[in-house]
Amino acid sequence: MITVHDVEQIARLAKLEFTDEEKHRFIKSFNEILSYVELLNELDLDGIEPTTHVVPLQNVLREDCLEFSLPREKVMQNAPEQKEGLFRVPKVIGASDE
Amino acid sequence: MDFAALQQQLCDRQTTCVELTERYLAKIEKGVHLNAFIFVMRDQALQRAAEVDRKIAKGVAGRLAGMVIGVKDNLALTNTLTTCGSRILHNFVAPYDATVLRKLAQEDAIFIGKTNLDEFAMGSSSETSIFGAVKNPIDPQRVAGGSSGGSAAAVAAGMCTAALGSDTGGSIRQPASFCGIVGLKPTYGRVSRYGLFAYASSFDQIGPLTRTVGDSAHILQVIAGCDPQDSTAVDTAVPDYQQALQRSIVGLKIGLPREYFTTGLDPQVETVLNKTVEKLRNGGAQVVEVSLPHSRYAVAAYYILATAEASSNLERYDGMRYGYRAGHVRSLEETYVKSRSQGFGDEVKRRIMLGTYVLSAGYYDAYYRRAQQVRTLVKGDFDAALEQVDCLLTPTAPTPAFCLHEKLDDPLSMYLSDIYTVSVNLAGLPALSVPAGTDSKGLPIGAQLIARPFDEETLFAVGQFVQNP
Repeated sequence: MITVHDVEQIARLAKLEFTDEEKHRFIKSFNEILSYVELLNELDLDGIEPTTHVVPLQNVLREDCLEFSLPREKVMQNAPEQKEGLFRVPKVIGASDE
Repeated sequence: MDFAALQQQLCDRQTTCVELTERYLAKIEKGVHLNAFIFVMRDQALQRAAEVDRKIAKGVAGRLAGMVIGVKDNLALTNTLTTCGSRILHNFVAPYDATVLRKLAQEDAIFIGKTNLDEFAMGSSSETSIFGAVKNPIDPQRVAGGSSGGSAAAVAAGMCTAALGSDTGGSIRQPASFCGIVGLKPTYGRVSRYGLFAYASSFDQIGPLTRTVGDSAHILQVIAGCDPQDSTAVDTAVPDYQQALQRSIVGLKIGLPREYFTTGLDPQVETVLNKTVEKLRNGGAQVVEVSLPHSRYAVAAYYILATAEASSNLERYDGMRYGYRAGHVRSLEETYVKSRSQGFGDEVKRRIMLGTYVLSAGYYDAYYRRAQQVRTLVKGDFDAALEQVDCLLTPTAPTPAFCLHEKLDDPLSMYLSDIYTVSVNLAGLPALSVPAGTDSKGLPIGAQLIARPFDEETLFAVGQFVQNP
């Protein structure tokens, strides 16, 4: 069973936060889903290879030559903040000192 | 009217693309309460229609001239909003075209607007978009299905000739079934995913929602094929799908997986399926029972694997380079957390959380690895069954369209509405939902056909037979 502590731990990994009320709603649906997927424990899976991908994939390589790529203004057009053609982001180093 | 008839009219100068587009725009306006479109590209569509009319007059128009298409709003279309129905992308203007849209435009298809969906295509009812729920044109008290519910409703309500959707666990087929139209999930790798906003990359596939099987074949013909922008799009020859429609079903062997006709199946759905079986037998097909023994594990395995992939794919929404960025924050970490928490809706957060959990240290082997092993078993079941038969026939969904809000607060029961569709995505197979009948209230019921990898031709041949009166 998932607890409030677990939800907080997973949220930290997922970079999400929840109110106490949301946490409790989450725990309910989470535990229902997790108990449903317990179904898989009925199966003896010893020696079964895991499938990550259904198409037998090989490395697909292209010639190492110049190709069209998006112009800078197109790449930047959705930036929440920008300055001099660069993405502007909150201070990364020493941010906690502010 | 199907696309072939429509093209004939254009050819005979009985109508024009502009006239057609205007007719669709009027239908969209009339059906605005259905909430099928997030936004309508009125001016662009009319301008494009006039261009295509000029091309038709000169005799230089492409293969899809006159096809007016609704585009699910998780496909990138240059200089057009692409929101995925999410606050986190509410202002995102795509800087490039999805490969499928580039190919359709090259053949002179006309895009009429972006269709509504469950946020990030995560859902089975099209109720979780920030733009509100899609309603079923047959009964507006009911859901259109999901996640491509806007696309399905738009086609069913005559707002466009066809629409594109994406299918990760049934998101094309289930809404097609609920709205009484045709929905195709091509083989994984048949169609390039470039420009499709990723949900679960090893499952996602783009496909058409149409009124007829023939129209589905027309669209697949254009969008199928390999693509340097998507290394998972397989370099396998694209056959002539129109020819496949002419094929006879006499002597074809069709399997009924016995596990799909047990508990949980609505008796009226079963009745419709039985009639379809009769029709196929009368048409000369041989219908036999087959077994897919691991079917009951598919939904559990799917929701572990798909949420794991989703949690990883949606890490990119961090408020840095595009999308919603929360204000009034002091640090980088807080920007991430607030932007994501304010930007994503409940179901998307739930799936990110589930996926993060099943991938986290200590649980990886218990959940993720086990689910991948079950994927091997499910795929093995299909391989074995499709060695005995040419294709499988199942219900698309266990019930007709359910009511709005009916399952919204019960995620597990929502997930279980995908019970007949998710295994197909686990195995990467092609599948087609085709209208097979209605229940006593007149709600549509779809039959699902499943074939071997890259054998969409059999789906079209059998689907055409099922759909024709």
